[in-house]
Amino acid sequence: MSTVANLTRATLAKDLRLEWRSKDAINSMLFFSLLVVVIFSFSFDPTAEESRRIAGGLVWVAFLFAAVVALNQTWAREMRNQVLDAYRVSPAPPNALFLAKVIGNFIFVTVLQALMTPLFIVFYNLRALGPAYQLPIVAALGTWALVVNGTFFAAMSLRTRSREIMLPLLLFPISIPALLAMVEATGAILTGEFSAKFWIVLLAAYDLVFTIASLFLFGFVLQAE
Amino acid sequence: MKRVFPILGALTGVLLSYALYEALVAAPTEQTMGNVQRIFYYHVPSAWTAFILFFINFFASVVYLIWRANKADIVALVTAEVGVVFCTVVLVTGPIWARPVWGIWWTWDLRLTLTLVLWLIYVSYLVLRRFSSSGQTPLLAAVLAVFGALDVPLVYFSIWFFRTQHPQPVIGGGGSIDPLMLHVLLINWLAFSCFAALVCWSRYRLEVLRREVDETLALEALLEPRHPQTRTSPTGSAG
Amino acid sequence: MPPVSDLPGQVFPAVTVTGLVKQFGRFAALRGVTAEFAPKRLYAILGDNGAGKTTLLRALAGLTPPTRGTISMLGTTNLRSICGQLGYMAHPSLLYDEMSGMENLRYFARLYDVGNDVTNSNKDQRCADAIRAVKLDPSLTRPVGQYSQGMRQRMSLARALLNDPKILLLDEPFSNVDVRSAQEMVRLLSGLRDAGKTIFVVTHQASLLEGAADEFVWMEAGQIVSRAPDLRTTLETR
Repeated sequence: MSTVANLTRATLAKDLRLEWRSKDAINSMLFFSLLVVVIFSFSFDPTAEESRRIAGGLVWVAFLFAAVVALNQTWAREMRNQVLDAYRVSPAPPNALFLAKVIGNFIFVTVLQALMTPLFIVFYNLRALGPAYQLPIVAALGTWALVVNGTFFAAMSLRTRSREIMLPLLLFPISIPALLAMVEATGAILTGEFSAKFWIVLLAAYDLVFTIASLFLFGFVLQAE
Repeated sequence: MKRVFPILGALTGVLLSYALYEALVAAPTEQTMGNVQRIFYYHVPSAWTAFILFFINFFASVVYLIWRANKADIVALVTAEVGVVFCTVVLVTGPIWARPVWGIWWTWDLRLTLTLVLWLIYVSYLVLRRFSSSGQTPLLAAVLAVFGALDVPLVYFSIWFFRTQHPQPVIGGGGSIDPLMLHVLLINWLAFSCFAALVCWSRYRLEVLRREVDETLALEALLEPRHPQTRTSPTGSAG
Repeated sequence: MPPVSDLPGQVFPAVTVTGLVKQFGRFAALRGVTAEFAPKRLYAILGDNGAGKTTLLRALAGLTPPTRGTISMLGTTNLRSICGQLGYMAHPSLLYDEMSGMENLRYFARLYDVGNDVTNSNKDQRCADAIRAVKLDPSLTRPVGQYSQGMRQRMSLARALLNDPKILLLDEPFSNVDVRSAQEMVRLLSGLRDAGKTIFVVTHQASLLEGAADEFVWMEAGQIVSRAPDLRTTLETR
């Protein structure tokens, strides 16, 4: 087990270092997220009361777009010089590689959210009428839900044609319960009209089920030609 | 086995005709909705049939993952295809029923929404099967089917709770069902199940034959003497 | 194909391939390859394009599962169990362009748990040794993406040597490499063979390995059609 933890840490450190050096992926994603927020603000311009109701949906759809951009480049570096072959040939456990990629994506998407959220608050005059402390919990659980399945399906798409469209095509249907939970929970917290507790529990269950399933099945996907 | 198929075919024909008669003529007319309600006898059995087919798909996918049995992969493919067709029937009959009766095309009805999500998942499954390189298709598809199956209870609970928060009209009404109507419903379900079995069986045989042809052609390519520096021609024969 | 045996007494083959078939749809890349390869040898695998050389190597590396047939390496058919004793190199560098040579090797060393038994400095030592073995400078901070092809291939070889593998599988290591680097690599490979490694080199430049390789194996249309200790015999008998 410690080998997996060590290797995960080393792989994550390597990915973060490489991303920091080139900054190409994170820069384009940041700009893309900014664009998404602005366009949404032009398209949906409701009054303050209405905005609280629909903000949950808007924000998470925007996060979803940003996440897909991040997820599509998850394995880009490994594909470039067939580095993935080096990993497959070695005795290293596939789960370490998977976990490192998921955590890396989680960090990227959270950074994007940290940029987009203040902009949404400003453009929509948002204020949480319910328990605001629950918002980071929802954000973390929701992001993990998108990122754990997204990283897995990104690896599956490597073996298909039309890689970039395959990822969202596989991810969106499976993510529907998680998306519903994220949107409803955010709406509940912002409007203060309902309790978000059920949705948070559902998100936690979703994360647990699919993290275990991904860890279990990633080896098969990696070793597929 | 060869004799069973035509017998099943005949039985299906008889059942479908009988079920059609029962649904359109013999069943009592619903008091509030009138004759439009009769679409219920297509809407509900299609949903049940689709769910059963997807369950079989999940089972076959797990068998494939454990034993890598080619036949399991074919069963998975077949049940997914036919299941999507039945799902489509549910999604089309739902709005057709809802519009004249409740005045709306769509509602986030539990059954309807669950069917929609399943339809989306299995269409993505079929797209994955088509777009992946042929050697890896069974494995990747089986993995996706497992993910889809794990998703189903989560989808159910999320929709169920959503509806308690945002009450929606229920297509088909809740509550008890008239025993005569139940009888017609079950007849239709039996007929649909036989029809599904028939179609699945045909598709299964078709797929088995197709794969046998592919294997034979591959074996031929293996045994034929090949000139160096020649790749397979567009017709698939080597050299 | 008579097995190659050398010393009197028992020599277990390092690699045994039986009836190996690999088909991609209708294209048969390998059409029934059966051969034994003795240990402590340098084998040159030759053949025209499409002969199946790369497919054979990838099957040995465990990257491509065979359609039919068996592979036995180091006494077992469970390739996954001995993968820590393999070194693999291909035409793509299998390295991260944005990191320096030392950084790359430090990371890949972790995949094999190299030097983990002691300390970090021990691991660094092993990486530096591997880089020096291919006549490169461990202290070079330039990213690998800016290397010349010759340097990159040598660094890729260093990566393949990190875990001190018993069997080396090299696919076109000399392609696009300058002559001096290539000769340097051949010298290194001879030394490694003398030290006890079994080495398979797929190449189009057979002349580079004359004098170094123990056996030249010619493949054609997915099969081994001739093998001999010298290049001329192999080319004449195919």
